[in-house]
Amino acid sequence: MSIGSIPLRFKVELDTERCMNCGRCVENCSYGVFRKEDNRIDVNSRNCVACHRCIAFCPRDAISIYEKPTDYRSHPVWTREIREAVFNQAKTGKIIIAGMGNVLPYPMIFDRLVLDACQVTNPSIDPLREPMELRTYIGKKPAALSVKEYPNGDTDLLTKLAPNLKIETPIMIGHMSYGAISLNAQTALAKAVTKMGTFMGTGEGGLHESLYPYQSHIIVQVASGRFGVDINYLERGAAIEIKIGQGAKPGIGGHLPGEKVCADVSCTRMIPEGSDAISPAPHHDIYSIEDLKQLVHSLKEATEWKKPVFVKIAAVHNSAAIAAGIARSGADAVVIDGFRGGTGAAPRVFRDHVGIPVEAAVASTDAKLRSQGIRNEVSIIASGGIRESADIAKIICLGADAVYIGTSALVAMGCRVCGTCNRGTCAWGIATQKPELTKRLDPETNAVQVANLIHAWTEEIAELMGAAGINSIESLRGNRDRLRGYMLDEGLLKVLDVKSVGA
Amino acid sequence: MAAVHIDAKELHYTPLNQQVRKAICDGAKEIVIDNVLGQRFIADGLRGDGVTITVNGVPGGDLAMFMSGPTVIVHGNADHAPGNTMNQGKVIIHGSAGDATAHSMRGGRVYVRDSIGYRGGIHMKQYMEKRPILVVGGSARAFLGEYMAGGLLIVLGLNGQAPVAERGVGSGIHGGEIFVRGIVEDKYLGVGARQLPATAEQVAMIRPIIEDFAKTFGIDAEPLVSASYSRIAASSARPFGSKYTPE
Repeated sequence: MSIGSIPLRFKVELDTERCMNCGRCVENCSYGVFRKEDNRIDVNSRNCVACHRCIAFCPRDAISIYEKPTDYRSHPVWTREIREAVFNQAKTGKIIIAGMGNVLPYPMIFDRLVLDACQVTNPSIDPLREPMELRTYIGKKPAALSVKEYPNGDTDLLTKLAPNLKIETPIMIGHMSYGAISLNAQTALAKAVTKMGTFMGTGEGGLHESLYPYQSHIIVQVASGRFGVDINYLERGAAIEIKIGQGAKPGIGGHLPGEKVCADVSCTRMIPEGSDAISPAPHHDIYSIEDLKQLVHSLKEATEWKKPVFVKIAAVHNSAAIAAGIARSGADAVVIDGFRGGTGAAPRVFRDHVGIPVEAAVASTDAKLRSQGIRNEVSIIASGGIRESADIAKIICLGADAVYIGTSALVAMGCRVCGTCNRGTCAWGIATQKPELTKRLDPETNAVQVANLIHAWTEEIAELMGAAGINSIESLRGNRDRLRGYMLDEGLLKVLDVKSVGA
Repeated sequence: MAAVHIDAKELHYTPLNQQVRKAICDGAKEIVIDNVLGQRFIADGLRGDGVTITVNGVPGGDLAMFMSGPTVIVHGNADHAPGNTMNQGKVIIHGSAGDATAHSMRGGRVYVRDSIGYRGGIHMKQYMEKRPILVVGGSARAFLGEYMAGGLLIVLGLNGQAPVAERGVGSGIHGGEIFVRGIVEDKYLGVGARQLPATAEQVAMIRPIIEDFAKTFGIDAEPLVSASYSRIAASSARPFGSKYTPE
């Protein structure tokens, strides 16, 4: 092979002074880095993906991992990643596929937005003393209310209200399918959202029967492959989400390889074991905005108008106009998935180059819906690249009603963001279906960790709101005056409708 | 219980479906809907084993979508996607149907006496005992059985035309099978689809289905079952298996 080996991505060093040959690294590494040889442990750094499973379970801190131990000749254009992609494709002639989200160092808009706080002229609110309202309702709100008043002061509400989801915190967990992640991982998420009074999504993988006890906190997804979709599934969900696109790979479908379709995944998706699960790029019954309306209405009609229907799109150039179409389709919420959103597997070229940041997409969608007088018709759920509570407060200020988190919930279960979800050998038992790996993930303890994260972020949001003198999330929503842009250009400040710092 | 009659004249689909659901709840096994004119979603998500719904008129799109059990008989044409994501039951159309007929269908049968539009049987799938069947008496337009993952699709070409003479037949097919009376010109086959003459065993397998179809519409089955058929199926169960390389 004329290209030969590429340099090691990671170098694993074993401190032989500290190592006591216990072999836990050998047991824990699912990538084949460690091997027991007589009285020592042999290391093959080439297999390492830096998932840190070995480090986390080494009782003696004997393992160190170094990234990129070998330098290429540095070059600002021909980066290591660019060169290695060329090597790969020159050898294989294939599309490069990878896990997790966008890896290019685009500027982070969130990190160039700062939040406000009260000083002197209006007092901040102490969340320890005063009630803070973080409860949110997702769904259509009436444009006007009509009431009938009686002489004795009683009133009847005549307006028929559309079903809404009540969430106790503006944090939900986005759609990660059984297939992309393990059942233990999904179970942990389901337990966490049930405990926290919020919701999670099934993804396009059906709903495993062991999750039925949590179904009142689960949003079921209908995507282009229609896997696992039947009337029972639709009726079990607290809401139904039509997935049009995904931030990690806008414009293309999904593809669960046959080797991940084990007996249980096969049963939940309702496809034969070992067969590829291919979701086409478009829904083949939706070729227009009118067809989308038809699917929204068919789902509502099938479930007798009892459930909110969401539509999820990837954040792309014209998201705002598309969302305005969705708001008129009868949908109850639009989910906007930014270009930093994660995935089990996506073509590298899509993951890194297609789509726009969720901050800009949400701000322009909120503005567009308000300008057309239809902001009440849909809730806006922001997703893709939400990393911490400050991001949530900022995106709510930009007009979101709530967020979906994905990667951060997985990180709460041990994920180290190694980005090799597509290989199906996740050492943490998250992005794998191998029983010897999935059993590593205990749903009980991981549910506590995920719930802890949601709780901690909710507390932080309450503190941020209190500091800004706001005691209800309703007053934070779309409140751009509580944001200032720091080193953002004029064009982007205009899109976000945010003033510069100092202004 | 006597047949329940519903007059759909100027009736919106939601109250129409509510009346159908109520009739089934009350124990009706025969429901006749008259004056249907474009109402969508008839029998959408409907359950009811042994229930027969007769639709007199032209139903709108997504007839029997997500339906799980009943039989729907349409005396007229149907708009697009009858049998969309249908789970169980039967749809019989005495006429033609629009695009995406039997889209993502996962169980039961759809019989269309005349012709269907584009993307017929697209992404049909099967699992265990659930094996959807679409039979078309006339001909089909382009992208027939595209992305098909399971199930059985039969096109008979009884209208004197080729069963399908447009591109994209079975493109991306990775499960299930398409039978046509006669053959499809090779230039119309999609990527990943392979056509072979149907074997005697395969014809024997589809024979009872064709006989049932013929009986349903009062057609003489004999010339149909004795005709020659071609079978189009996946050239590989992993049409996209060799497309990707890990990062």
